[in-house]
Parts: sequence; structure tokens; C-alpha cells
Amino acid sequence: MTTAPTAEPGDAVRLTGLSRTYGSFTAVHPLDLAVPAGSFFALLGASGCGKTTTLRMIAGLEEPTTGTVALGGRDVTALPPYKRPVNTVFQNYALFPHLDIHENVAFGLRRRGIKSVAKQVAEMLELVQLGGLARRKPHQLSGGQQQRVAVARALINKPEVLLLDEPLGALDLKLRRQMQLELKRIQTEVGITFIHVTHDQEEAMTMADTVAVMNAGRVEQLGAPADLYENPGSTFVANFLGTSNLIEAEVTGTSGGDIQLVAAGQRLTLPAARCAAEVAAGGRVLAGIRPEKVALTHRDDEDSVAEGRNRVPGRIVDSSYIGVSTQYVIDSPVCPELEVFVPNVERDGRLVPGAPVVLHWNPAHTFGLDAAQDIDAGIDADAEEAAA
Amino acid sequence: MSAATAQAAGPPPTAPGPGTAQAAPRRTAGRRRLTPYLLLLAGVAWLLVFFVAPMVYQASTSVQTGSLDKGFKVTWHVATYWDALREYWPHFLRSLLYSGIATAACLAIGYPLAYMIAFRAGRWRNVVLVLVIAPFFTSFLIRTLAWETILADQGPVVRFLNRVHVLDVTAWLHVTQGDRVLATPLAVVCGLTYNFLPFMILPLYTSLERIDGKLHEAAGDLYATPFTTFRKVTFPLSLPGVVAGTLLTFIPASGDYINAELLGSTNQKMIGNVIQSQFLRVLDYPTAAALSFILMAAILAIVTVYIRRAGTEELV
Repeated sequence: MTTAPTAEPGDAVRLTGLSRTYGSFTAVHPLDLAVPAGSFFALLGASGCGKTTTLRMIAGLEEPTTGTVALGGRDVTALPPYKRPVNTVFQNYALFPHLDIHENVAFGLRRRGIKSVAKQVAEMLELVQLGGLARRKPHQLSGGQQQRVAVARALINKPEVLLLDEPLGALDLKLRRQMQLELKRIQTEVGITFIHVTHDQEEAMTMADTVAVMNAGRVEQLGAPADLYENPGSTFVANFLGTSNLIEAEVTGTSGGDIQLVAAGQRLTLPAARCAAEVAAGGRVLAGIRPEKVALTHRDDEDSVAEGRNRVPGRIVDSSYIGVSTQYVIDSPVCPELEVFVPNVERDGRLVPGAPVVLHWNPAHTFGLDAAQDIDAGIDADAEEAAA
Repeated sequence: MSAATAQAAGPPPTAPGPGTAQAAPRRTAGRRRLTPYLLLLAGVAWLLVFFVAPMVYQASTSVQTGSLDKGFKVTWHVATYWDALREYWPHFLRSLLYSGIATAACLAIGYPLAYMIAFRAGRWRNVVLVLVIAPFFTSFLIRTLAWETILADQGPVVRFLNRVHVLDVTAWLHVTQGDRVLATPLAVVCGLTYNFLPFMILPLYTSLERIDGKLHEAAGDLYATPFTTFRKVTFPLSLPGVVAGTLLTFIPASGDYINAELLGSTNQKMIGNVIQSQFLRVLDYPTAAALSFILMAAILAIVTVYIRRAGTEELV
């Protein structure tokens, strides 16, 4: 195998042209990726998108069809898993059922010939808050505790990179939230590079510094969580990370830093800096807006809406009260199902299904996407089970 | 002497005990309370008729004296046990030795095979499993007779072994004699190994197959070489299968007499042969019954020690 061409010391992991095919199915298309040392990196995508395969290739559990894996500047593509300086937290933890917690955690140290492990194991169990359970067997522990053991068992080896394969998938929602914060705390404390595979966008956004959104074996977009959310580069990212209202519009012209659009007779403004697509007058573009950035005003009060805001008329089809906010579904000429989340601060009693309304928002919150893509990409990505 | 009797006669009355105790969950509904007992009925009846009754009968036979003409009477003549043991202890030893070696050979052959079926066979898994069981489609007797042909003096196997001088080595080890394999310890052990191999493979396969493949990956991920993974993860997790397999092989093999009868000579007679001839040819029923009880007690003792040592209760 060749050495990775541009392995920089600052990168904990560098993948170069890494791909994996099974027969005629391509699980991972040639992928170039650099993960900075000390970062919490998330690979986010629906099942079958190739994220787990990518992780397994880094761990050495899966052989790449093409490309190289470099860890800390060293090419490890040809090394078997037991010679790589990485450790994995497996999806269902894969704790050794015949060994107690102490021995599970000590496993990696013992394999490297370290005799006196007691102190390190005790410290590690303290770090994951499992101090008193060293002599229990895995099956005597709850799911959350087993999860912590799996993390401890991997971390005690001080790997260059810790790989986490859907580590919280088997936990219930409340515990999952708690463990998200816990993992983040541990990562900050030990400073090891974490690569975290998940299909849960909220989990990825809560924990990771950098998120790579994967779809059908490719990285669709890579960036900080807020950046991905505010400036999605494709309809898949726009729909998979939270929800987006996508309005198909025609470009009428540009003025200053803004692009002027018209959709179903409504004039809209889109900042050119936030448009991911090449636009020309007469061309088409998708104007996107997040549901929580839209305000809702009853048609009778239309005059109170400030000038210069993007506005669209519509009629409330459905509303559901979910505590922090009320979620409305609006039928509008520009889009049959616009979603609007309104915080429950001062509720307007007239906003009930059937009521005519005006939707309006700050044009700066609008983002633009290439209209030549599937507008529904990523909406039910989790339901589309692809073979992986 | 009396201790031996008590120990030998011990198991039958206690054996059905745990079963009855286990199936006694307290239910409030009057009729439902009877259901578990009714469900147990067939099993208990079976045990009483085919296990307890024969055991009691044999136990009483073993302390009788008399002859076939004058009839046998219970005289509490426990010296029969002593006499039987003094006369036939070499056969006991030989039985345990042969079946022990056969069990070890079964484990050595069966473990790699079971491992292969469980982890490597892929879509051939079921085919290989059927092949393992396939010999059962012919009778035990015929299969053993086939080994007479395989190991025949002028057969290709013996001729080949002779040519490569393996028989010189085995003769030096006193497991074969001259140019022959038949009528030697090697032949009997071969027959035992062959006949009981499936009883080793199937439980081994079952316990190996239950091991989560992710555990192998986890071990590899934690710096264990494939061999260490086997030593520290796979083998310990397959111990229940090893224990079950060795018991299922060792127990019937030590009581077997067909292999020694067909493949051995008078010098390879096992305790099963002695019991069989005492019962059917010599017609000395008390000695035969006493030998049966001694064998049972010996196996029980060995198995108890073995299970204690293997510590299976510690395993999941």
C-alpha cells in the first residue's frame, strides 16, 4: 500500500480515496476526509448510507476496496485491527459476557502485556462513574451502565482515535440525552479524537464539533452543526437535519447582495451569500426557510407586518400544540404544506385550522438550493432501508 | 461395602425430586394449580417405569445369591461388589482409559469442525450439519462393522500405514500389534471415536454458534491476535459445549461393548463386555448387576469432579 499523500500531523485520521463495494453495490464511494486531532467528529446519515462501513474501515474490521487510511500521519491500511491505535465502542457494546467489568475494562491493557492494571481500571471506572461495580458481570448491569463499560473498555487504552458505532442506539430517550452530555464531558476531559456514527441528527448536533452528513455512500456536506443547519448545501441536508420548507421559485434578477425571486406571484428575497446554487435571471431555485424562523399573522392584521419581509399568504390546515411551541401546517399557493413552529408566548386565538394567514420572515434567514434535485430527499431517509 | 451399596442405590429415589420441586409454582385458581402436576405426569410415569423400577430391581439383584436352577434370593450379600471389583478392575480401568482417549480424540477432531461450521461454513452450514448427522441413518452395529472392513489386515488403510511405518510407532506404543490394526486398542478407540463424534460436535456447534461475532471483533479491536481471541474469548464461551460434548461422549463410550466386541480381541474387553456376558452368557445376574452399579457410581463420581473443575455454573 502507498503512504497517504498529504498526511498532516494535525489530522488524527485522514482517509484518501477510501471506498468499499460489495459486488455491484457501492457502500462507500471514494471518500476523502480529514478529522482534526482532538475533535468530536460525527458521521451522520440514515441506515445504509455507508457511515458504519466507513467507521469499520478505520477500525480495520472491514477492508477497503480502494484508498488508504492514515492515523496520525501513519498509513495503517494494511494493518489488522489489533495493530491499529484505535478502539471501538460497538453498537450493542459487545462486552465479554464471561468476564466481569474489571476484566472487560482491563482486556486491552492485558493484551499489550501490562501486568498491573488495577489502578488504571479503577480510575477509568471512576471516570465513567461505575466505581463500585467492578466485580459484576455485564448481564447484571443496565443498558446505560453497559454503555459506560464499553466506553471505559475502549478509552483505557488511550487510543489515538475512539470510534463510536451508534453507541446510544439501544438506550431510551432520557438516558440517551444524559449519555450524550456524558460522552461530551468525557471527550473534553480526555482530549482524544472521537468519531461518532449516528443516524440521530439531534445526537450529532449536540455532541459533535464537526458533522459529516452522509447519503448513499457519499459525504453530502461537512461542517459545524450550526453551519449545516443554517446553510444546508443540498435538499438532503436541509430535510435530514431538522425540517425545511422548500419553495420552488423563479429568479427575476439580482440587486446588491440579494437575489429577487418570484413564486406563485409572491416576491421573495434571498441573500446571494446563502445561495448554494448558480443562479441566472429566468432560472429556477429552491428557496428554503426553517419552520421556527417563520412568523404567522392573521390575514386581518396583514398591515402590521413590517415592510421588507418575505411574505406568503396561506390557510391553516392543521395545528398541534406541543408545549414549547405550536406546529402549524399551512396550505399556500407557493407550497401545499408549509410548516411553521410558533413559540407559545402570546397566542392568537384566531389561528385555528381554516383561518387565513400571512407567513412572513426576515429575508436574511432564507437559503437557496439548486432546483435540479429531489425536493423530498432525506425526508424519510430513515425508512429507506438500504442494504449495507 | 455397604457404603458402595448406599451410594449406588442413592440416585434413583432422589432423581425425580428436582423435577417435581421445580414445577410447583403456586397458583391461586384451583384447577390451574393442578395443571403443572398433570403435565408432569407422563414424565414422572416414564421415570418410574423405566428408571426407578429397573434400578430398584437391579439393586436388589446385586445383593442376591443363588443360581439359575435353584432361583435367586435377596441375602444382602454385598460381598458380590467386592468380588466383582477385584476380578474385573482391569476392565474398569480399560473402559475409562479407552473412553477417555476417545473423548479427547473426539474433542480434537470435533472442535475445529464445529468451529468451522459455526463461523466459516456460510451457506454450507446446514449441509455440513446434515453430513455430521448422516451416519445415524445406518445402525450403530453396521457402522462399527464397516470399520472392520476399513481396518482389515489386507485393506488399503493398514497397508498404507505399514508402508509409511506408522504401525511401527503404534506398535512401539503398544496400541497395535505387528502388522495388524484390528484386534488392538487402536481399533477399539478408533471405533469409539468415530461412533460418538456427532455427540461431541453437536453441543460444541450449538455453544459456538451462540457466540456473538461482534465479540471477536471487539477482542481484535482490543489488541488481541486471532489466537488470543480464541484463547480468551471463544474457548471460554464455548466451555458449556465442551462440557456437554465430553459428557455425551464419555458416558456412553465407557459403557459401550460393541466396539470392543467387533474391533478388539479378548485383550481389549471393556467393562460393557463383561456385564453383557455375565448377564447373557454366564447368567451370573448378581455380579452383572453389581458391576453395573459400580460403573454407574464411578461415572457419577468422575462427572461430578469434572463439572466442579470446569466450573460451568460460573458461565452464562
